[in-house]
Amino acid sequence: MPQPDPMIIAGEPFSSRLVMGTGGAPGLDVLERALIASGTQMTTVALRRLDPDAPGSVLDVIERAGSRVLPNTAGCFTAAEAVLTAKLARDAFETDWVKLEVIGDEDTLLPEVTELVDAAEQLVADGFVVLPYTTDDPVVARRLEGVGCAAVMPLGSPIGSGSGIRNPYNLAIIREQVSVPVILDAGIGTASDAALAMELGCDGVLLATAVTRAHDPALMATAMRHAVEAGRLAHLAGRIPRRLYARASTGFEGMPTLSPDPTGPEATRTYDDRPDL
Amino acid sequence: MKVVVAGGGVIGLSVAWQAARHGHEVVLADPDPGRGTSWAGAGMLAPVAEAYFGEEAITAFGMAASHRWESWADELRADAGSDPGYTRKGTLVIARDHDELAALVPLHEMQLAQQLRAERVSAREARRIEPALAPAICGGLWLADDHQVDNRLYVRALIDACGRAGVSFVHERAATCAPTHVTLDGGIDMAADAVVVATGTWQPVIEAGGEQIDLYLRPVKGQIIRVRSTNRAVFPTRTVRSGPIYVVPRDHGELAIGATAEERGFDTTVTAGAARELLTKSWELLPGLAEAELVEVMAGLRPGTPDNAPMIGRLPGGPILAMGHFRHGILFSPATAAAVVAMIDGGEVPEVVAPFTPERFAGATTARRQAKART
Repeated sequence: MPQPDPMIIAGEPFSSRLVMGTGGAPGLDVLERALIASGTQMTTVALRRLDPDAPGSVLDVIERAGSRVLPNTAGCFTAAEAVLTAKLARDAFETDWVKLEVIGDEDTLLPEVTELVDAAEQLVADGFVVLPYTTDDPVVARRLEGVGCAAVMPLGSPIGSGSGIRNPYNLAIIREQVSVPVILDAGIGTASDAALAMELGCDGVLLATAVTRAHDPALMATAMRHAVEAGRLAHLAGRIPRRLYARASTGFEGMPTLSPDPTGPEATRTYDDRPDL
Repeated sequence: MKVVVAGGGVIGLSVAWQAARHGHEVVLADPDPGRGTSWAGAGMLAPVAEAYFGEEAITAFGMAASHRWESWADELRADAGSDPGYTRKGTLVIARDHDELAALVPLHEMQLAQQLRAERVSAREARRIEPALAPAICGGLWLADDHQVDNRLYVRALIDACGRAGVSFVHERAATCAPTHVTLDGGIDMAADAVVVATGTWQPVIEAGGEQIDLYLRPVKGQIIRVRSTNRAVFPTRTVRSGPIYVVPRDHGELAIGATAEERGFDTTVTAGAARELLTKSWELLPGLAEAELVEVMAGLRPGTPDNAPMIGRLPGGPILAMGHFRHGILFSPATAAAVVAMIDGGEVPEVVAPFTPERFAGATTARRQAKART
């Protein structure tokens, strides 16, 4: 078994690297089974779309699933609005952690990055642990780290699009260029997308729709848990280089009995000196 | 037998009317019957459009109720002396773009797998059915078995039918509901042979087995707009649904446009954002909306349960519950009333509502109490 390998954000360890959202769930029962199946320890909810004091709400479900609540500023279009929403969330949920979202327009739901950096700066100064949802732009990711964000959360593709990771190269660059955790946020469609994010070196994956709108949300949540774990292990294990031509997994010198002449040239020829492509 | 029904929405009224028809002496307690969620709704009778993965029991119950609706409306018209506004015209589900069209494919397959009638239509075919639809739509589904009722005419007819059948109305809220008595807000205690709780989102104290039970119900807010036009060409003639929104035309010239689904507790404010979203999206469907008169924006609270299914039946030693009808109260009302009256008459739970026993939430009840204690 592998050693414990927690994701550490702002000094706090999370043994699950899967962060869940709740949007799109067809019912609370279904959501609860999915959250439990996902094994998540952090679930994000929109303050805008929730009354924290409402009885029998999604908050009870998250609590029963053993997850902490990460409030987010979904639905905000300006820095001022996001900062105010984050402060309301801090009072309502009694946490200074916030998933910061500032959206540019309703058709793409892409981040409005100039407002995002502005809001992040204000919230960090106010003592928040800020996890910003951002584009897959390495320069913006560096700026967000620079203003003191506890992690960066670049998108794979637009929210709810299920289109996977459209620019894996940018994610790899972000991973190289920032030292805070990188959590892929948005665009996951199926388990292989989550595994790819982890293989690229992301520290975690945040997803909602891929699970909540699946035909069987709990089953997809299980798939996502395994995918994130598998992708993480593959990343740690170190993948082999890609090659254009085949490379026998066992050298021919290791199979003397299969060779008609064990001393012949086929038995001793090795391809191990061929450089990786 | 003496029956007290707490709550006078479509469920309570339907139960009261049917119980009175079965010869029971019925009292219905509600401060303002028919003016809650039943008044806000759109009156869609749409078990096919509402069908969803994992909700087969809800769909089956909805289909059973849907089949009952035609005769139910006839009986109600006869008893009430007024028209409940039931119309059988089918429903169109429209995709406004290719993403929405792609999303209809798995839903359509699921509908067919459940032997529900649903037919793919092109944009041209859809617009032949409803010429008011925007030319830019991408096609959709024709659901021949999903109909509608004018919920406000329905509520009025139920109140009239109850009155004519001898139901007495007490314009007060039930504070406590026990198996054989109801205590009103003002302190008056009414004894009964059977008590039916149909209070929607709002919960009285419910006594079952000597304990006070907290049901796992939550309000799911829906905002809905009503517009009116004298130019009928700009409105469709039947229900049209598209993604999260629907437009439902009335014979008297109104069009109901709904609805949001918001987890906001007991909040019934109407918001600029919801009005804008409903109008923008319905505008994309019906480009002639601009001239329509804006009549009303209102919010109602759907009584939601964790699995979106109703609670019909008894907790041990408790009153009969007819709660948690969520998005389906108007559709389910004939079927729920029949099941509840069967329980009043014979004490047995009819097979058709067995999946909806309130006992399935036994564990969740405790959790909700803890959550309440926390806040």
